[in-house]
Amino acid sequence: MKLSETWLHEWVAPNLNTQKLAEQLTMAGLEVDAIEPVAGKFSQVVVGEITACEPHPDAEKLQVCSVLGAPDGPKQVVCGAPNARVGLKAPFALVGASLPPAQSDGKAVKIKKAKLRGVESLGMLCGQSELQAGDDDSGLWELPADAPVGDDIREYLKLDDQLLELDLTPNRSDCLSIRGLARETAALTRQGLRSPEIEPVAPQTDASLPIQLAAPAACPRYLGRVIKGVDISKPSPFWLREKLRRAGLRSIDAVVDVTNYVLIELGQPMHAFDLDKLKGQIGPRMAQAGEKITLLDGQELSLKPDTLVIADAVGPVALAGIMGGANSAVSESTRDIFLESAFFAPEFIAGKARAYGLHTDSSHRFERGVDCQLQGEAVERATALLVQIVGGEPGPVSVFEDDQHLPAQRSVRLMREQIKSKLGFAIADDEVQDILQRLGMSMLEQQRDSWVFAVPSYRFDIAIAEDLLEELARVYGYNRLPIATVNIPAQLPRCSDAALSFRHLANHLAARDYREVITYSFIDPKLHRSVWAEAPAVTVVNPISADMSLMRTSLFAGLLQTLQRNLSRQVERLRIFEKGLRFSQEGETYRQTPGLAGLIYGSRESAGWSAIKDNVDFYDIKGDVESLLALTCKTLRFIPADCQALHPGQSANIELDGQVVGLLGALHPRVQKSLGIAKVVYLFEIDLDPILRTQPPMFKPLSRFPEVSRDLAFLVDKNTPVNHLEREIYNSAGDFLKSLRVFDLYSGKGIDPQRKSVAFNLTFQHPSHTLNDDQVNNSVADIVEKLKELFDAQLR
Amino acid sequence: MENLKSLTDEALALVAQSDDLASLDKVRVGYLGKKGQITALLKGLGKLSAAERPAAGAEINRAKQQVTESLDQRKQTLENRAIDLQLAEEAVDIGLAGRRSDVGGLHPVTRTIQRIESIFSSVGYTVAEGPEIEDDFHNFEALNIPSHHPARAMHDTFYVSENHVLRTHTSPVQIRTMIQQEPPIHVICPGRVYRCDSDLTHTPMFHQVEGLVVDKNISFAELKGTVDQFLKAFFEMDVPVRFRPSYFPFTEPSAEVDIQCSACRGAGCRICKETDWVEIMGCGMVHPNVFKACDIDAATFSGFAFGMGVERLAMMRYGVKDLRLFFENDFDFVVQF
Repeated sequence: MKLSETWLHEWVAPNLNTQKLAEQLTMAGLEVDAIEPVAGKFSQVVVGEITACEPHPDAEKLQVCSVLGAPDGPKQVVCGAPNARVGLKAPFALVGASLPPAQSDGKAVKIKKAKLRGVESLGMLCGQSELQAGDDDSGLWELPADAPVGDDIREYLKLDDQLLELDLTPNRSDCLSIRGLARETAALTRQGLRSPEIEPVAPQTDASLPIQLAAPAACPRYLGRVIKGVDISKPSPFWLREKLRRAGLRSIDAVVDVTNYVLIELGQPMHAFDLDKLKGQIGPRMAQAGEKITLLDGQELSLKPDTLVIADAVGPVALAGIMGGANSAVSESTRDIFLESAFFAPEFIAGKARAYGLHTDSSHRFERGVDCQLQGEAVERATALLVQIVGGEPGPVSVFEDDQHLPAQRSVRLMREQIKSKLGFAIADDEVQDILQRLGMSMLEQQRDSWVFAVPSYRFDIAIAEDLLEELARVYGYNRLPIATVNIPAQLPRCSDAALSFRHLANHLAARDYREVITYSFIDPKLHRSVWAEAPAVTVVNPISADMSLMRTSLFAGLLQTLQRNLSRQVERLRIFEKGLRFSQEGETYRQTPGLAGLIYGSRESAGWSAIKDNVDFYDIKGDVESLLALTCKTLRFIPADCQALHPGQSANIELDGQVVGLLGALHPRVQKSLGIAKVVYLFEIDLDPILRTQPPMFKPLSRFPEVSRDLAFLVDKNTPVNHLEREIYNSAGDFLKSLRVFDLYSGKGIDPQRKSVAFNLTFQHPSHTLNDDQVNNSVADIVEKLKELFDAQLR
Repeated sequence: MENLKSLTDEALALVAQSDDLASLDKVRVGYLGKKGQITALLKGLGKLSAAERPAAGAEINRAKQQVTESLDQRKQTLENRAIDLQLAEEAVDIGLAGRRSDVGGLHPVTRTIQRIESIFSSVGYTVAEGPEIEDDFHNFEALNIPSHHPARAMHDTFYVSENHVLRTHTSPVQIRTMIQQEPPIHVICPGRVYRCDSDLTHTPMFHQVEGLVVDKNISFAELKGTVDQFLKAFFEMDVPVRFRPSYFPFTEPSAEVDIQCSACRGAGCRICKETDWVEIMGCGMVHPNVFKACDIDAATFSGFAFGMGVERLAMMRYGVKDLRLFFENDFDFVVQF
């Protein structure tokens, strides 16, 4: 909402400069977002009058005008505006005038004596845009015929006005009008309100249109009035156009301008129909499904049955409270009009405009709430203005009301104790009454411990005691209210020794050179398809764009996208991780499971004199995952994975305590190629919840006896998984194998190309005596025999 | 005996000439060893008369002492020289970078959330999280935003079905907490939220931290105190804070909280739009209708809630000028945190 300070001053004199007024409104909850002057900075611009116009001898589009207004007599001015004509009054910048900067360099434009195509020009006739007083740049700014020639234009047009841009919260639609803001300003500044007198206009004809109220819950009050014989060719007066301009509205024609004026001044949206185009009767009703209407803006809608329309005997003629229809619109040929002033219940309007992709000044107000007592006043105000501008004979006002559905007069009880308990401060009784009464509440009852206040009809946001508390607090001043500290009892919590947090995991990954990234939860369906084929996913019904329309089922998508983006920016090595939810749908329920995923790409170490320049491989990502999951102190297993996104020969499911908690591996070469990535990408993804519990340590007694160490190297088929060998070594080694490590791996020259050599280091230790050679040899023999039997392993 | 002097001088000269421990040892053996020349003189003392013997013995011993000292000294010198040599050879360029893998880091949003969590959990708040696909009840209805409510227009909502949305705020976690837990409640709820809005200053996904306190005797004063203390704790300075009346359907009274612009310190700049103040969070007293939806007795309990945008706080804290950088994940950006 744009508020012209000058217009506000017609209603109330707050006795504050613009800044202070803005600050006071802001601190009372009516946030002033910006203050902008109505016109740019300029000087020596007066009301000019063109008394003669001759075509320029050398330029088709220019005219040579004689202009009155300069103190030292008529001036010759060359002008290119198409509307320059004899008798026109327009702003006239004298020689020596300074105009607002035309370019972004911020330099004022100086008006000098000039020659245009050989003809002398002494000054310049101006349009709105040249004075930065509006965006109409179609020609000269046409001033009223009675504008006093030679007067300073700034004073004459009251251009020293400021516009306050208010960002109002949805509960304060009572302030979506000059009257509402004046009422609030008066209350805040303890000034009186000077409302203009709105006298009923006596009917001059009996003409009326039958009204039918078919949806009383949605429209409990509908007022209509016929005005016959209007002259639509009469333009809106200058003052009206200028006020609308300062409210941010364009002038259309006198009828539309007047309804807009009433909307801005009083806050009542109105609509004027061409009476001749209405058939039989008029009134609000719910639309029938599929009914059609063409709106004023040319859009054709197919209506839903939850939409309130204004209809005549034939069909809908307006979307109630939102926009009029094209077929009943006032046009140049209109003679008689029907003026509508109605109260529509917010719940029947809210969301409807949006549903049709519309948003109008009218719908904005009706869906937030319009004062249900305003309709009569508004119709009289509009009639008076219309008769004054376009003439015509008004008929009687037809009033249709359904008391049952009209908002009831509300009253609210406020307990004195609530002020202390909810706001935390004490305030004198008379101050409570003073604040609330200034805001238009009237005290109905005063008890020892409470008051009852009647709420004015325009404050539909006030229904309960808490609402009154807020009114008290905001007028008293939020920043004057006391400050206190919350007391939380020092109850010591049970602190789990087994709990890991994301913090532990994140810090661990960061210490291993992983950078955390955060990517959007919605991804490109194309990316999803290229990684996960046709796997089902949750879709966003109304995405920002098609490439952000699918909820991720895996964190891989965001990581791969981040890789692609960075590769295109010459980054050649990346180690990243992300935490977040993955989404899927099972019938009516959505599964949202937190996960942790990582990606590595490029060289093993970042460039440096000592760096290993090899590219990362499977064992890098596996090592990272093993190291990360070592935090859980639980048994880990890796089993071959069957995942379409990953390389079948270089991927594994991760089993923790017998439960699959994630997977890792190389991105499938086909996917890698389709994403245009040069080198192999390694990824892991783990469910977060199962890895957030560790196995707390439990002490085992130390052995005082020496360890015995043996190295065994076996030749096995090259496809034998080493962890299978390890498992059997453990199974066959007896009870005293303390640790087992692979210390060498070899294939190639010197051994069968189908086989590989795996060398193990075994450490034995007994808890209560020194192991002798026989004991260890027996264990080793058992191992060798078992591996030979199961894997055809040959001891080297 | 007459050659003792020359023998000693000879020995001392040879010691001085020795350039390594081996030749030095040879000198020792040659003069002081079992068959050494000075040792031989000592052995020859027996041939002298008892009267001559003490004086001669003392003289030879002095010579032996002199040579021994010289040998030890020379040995020390040679050893020192050897160590110096080794040290000189082994010196490294300490300016060269160490052998190591790089260290990664956390995203500034995570870092900011962790700081907020630390501040609140240090006095006993717990941390709660909730789903990001929310139903209409938790995201709107229970928060006193019925379907026709104009406040729904404040939330440009992403829908995934007729009554499931991508949560538009972290406030639904308030509802889940109040339904599950009896007061007193002191909780904060960080997480991702979604709004259908994308331009210079909006991303369709961002992060909020919600706070909720429900107990007996909680008033607007405690809300103000908590918010004020938090902002001072977060920015680690006495940042000026002001409360401005505002509107949220789920709180009454409601407030927006502004802090004095840290970019211009109140002088007026582009970030604060020349107003000296920057909006930092919304807050208010829990609306009785919200308590009703969660079956909490509003006559016994009262409470407050606040919600803040994490990116805004991170931007102010770390001087990030463009919101969109947070989710582009350019390496040059993420390595800074």
